[in-house]
Amino acid sequence: MKNKKKCTGMISGLIVLIIASVAWVLPILLVFMNSFKKNTFVKTATFAWPSGENAAGFDNYIKGVTFGNYPFGKSVMYSVTITILATLLILLFSSMAAWYITRVNNKFCKAMYYIFVFSMVVPFQMVMFTLAKTADTLKLNTPLTIPIIYLGFGAGLAVFMFVGFIKGLPLEIEEAAAIDGCNPIQTFFLVVLPMLKPTMISVGILEIMWIWNDYLLPYLVLDRTKYMTIPIHIQYLQGSYGTVDLGAIMALITLSIIPVIIFYLTCQKHIIKGVAAGAVKG
Amino acid sequence: MSSVNSTMITRPIAKLFPVFLLPITVAFLIGFVYPFLKGFYLSFCTFTTTSDAKFIGISNYIKAFQDATFVHAFGYTSLYTVVSLVLVNVLAFFLAFLLTQKIKGTNIFRTVFFMPNLIGGIVLGYIWSMIFDGVLSHYGTNILLETRYGFWGLIILMCWQQIGYMMIIYIAGIQSIPEDLIEAARIDGATKMQTLFKITLPNLMPSVTICLFLSLTNGFKLFDQNLALTGGQPFNWQADGTVVKTTEMLALNIFNTFYGQSSTARGVAQAKAVLFFVLVAAISLIQLSATKKKEVQQ
Repeated sequence: MKNKKKCTGMISGLIVLIIASVAWVLPILLVFMNSFKKNTFVKTATFAWPSGENAAGFDNYIKGVTFGNYPFGKSVMYSVTITILATLLILLFSSMAAWYITRVNNKFCKAMYYIFVFSMVVPFQMVMFTLAKTADTLKLNTPLTIPIIYLGFGAGLAVFMFVGFIKGLPLEIEEAAAIDGCNPIQTFFLVVLPMLKPTMISVGILEIMWIWNDYLLPYLVLDRTKYMTIPIHIQYLQGSYGTVDLGAIMALITLSIIPVIIFYLTCQKHIIKGVAAGAVKG
Repeated sequence: MSSVNSTMITRPIAKLFPVFLLPITVAFLIGFVYPFLKGFYLSFCTFTTTSDAKFIGISNYIKAFQDATFVHAFGYTSLYTVVSLVLVNVLAFFLAFLLTQKIKGTNIFRTVFFMPNLIGGIVLGYIWSMIFDGVLSHYGTNILLETRYGFWGLIILMCWQQIGYMMIIYIAGIQSIPEDLIEAARIDGATKMQTLFKITLPNLMPSVTICLFLSLTNGFKLFDQNLALTGGQPFNWQADGTVVKTTEMLALNIFNTFYGQSSTARGVAQAKAVLFFVLVAAISLIQLSATKKKEVQQ
């Protein structure tokens, strides 16, 4: 009898989970469906399957990528460039800094560490105006130079997470390397860096998710007449065109979330672990 | 011996400051330290760009407190934060509890619930504004016409995005509770409910603290979703000519004051930003001391 009770509990739990996950997938499915509908039907027949008179085929996609006076492909290219460059820059320099801070550990290093940690609690609005002006003055307002701004503003969390990990590494390995004749640069790149791999993945995923989706920083820092990223592009089309083509917007949203979903499904284990690590430590 | 070895390691590294620490220090000065200090200074100035600043004392702060839009944004943000905090955490815990009951195939559910976290705030805002307008258009209205639509719309959007995230933290917390603790309770004759409230929840307090504070800071700092979903609409014209954007939250209010029509208000905007920073930093500090205390107890 107890087993039977347990069984019905399991089944009702499962039903709740299935209903909830349908609710979770539905918004994505709706975007996908509406990207194949004619503009006027997106608002009036949002929940209808694209067929018959409301179907638009791939028209929205063709219209979407050539919308306005800025091709969508350019925004994709800039988003990819900025995300990859900034993430690599942050991973390299913050791991180096974290190792230096942990191993040297003098007063200056301690002070630097506390300023890095302090920067984690400062909201972007506090620095956005002066940061945008500084970036402009120093000509850091292009996709190839904005990674330096990301390195500066995003250093806090990365250094914090790397220091937390390096503190737990045994010193003996590095001593052995030094005795075997490694200089510190060799020790770091040949011995320490390979050991940092798990934290590299966690930090890398957090930075990729942040930079890829970031809207306000690139919006304020980049020279907007020349460079847009995907979020800026979508906001620009929706925000500044009064009579916007909703079908085309849905097509662009579909295009921009498909790579994200593929990325998620291929390395979801690392992503979930990385995000949880960032949350617990931050 | 070990200290001798450590200095053997430390000294050559210390010399390499230009290689290891200098690059990030320079970027950090440009990307954080200088903008932060300059921003703090500018909150006491009147300016339109950073080079024409004139020191005027604390009058920007006084103006910020007198600003009806700022006060409204603070109240609206607080209300949103409290409601979303309760809903997100209760539902996330509920899902985490279900997913740790050894039902088969739970990994798929975990994947599904977490997925919205990878989508950016701007895109999320437009996805949901399409859905809400699709529903509301049947009643001849839309999400931009009423404050309560915008409010609950944002709550639904953020539940959809954040429940999966908090759920992951709760699952990790539940899984770290020793199995024998729950086993012992069962042998002593505790019901499922008793086990949940007397064993699982008390042992889950570290995760609960993390999630509550994450929800708090996320709620106050929310910007992208707010901008994309309603952008502050509907507007409310006051008798004295100021426009209160009824669904505008703190971060968006600061942004609009900076880059709005009147460039003379930038000093006030910077003062608001400093107040915003103090608020967010205070929440983080309370969190830090709260988690520290918990660690001592264990």
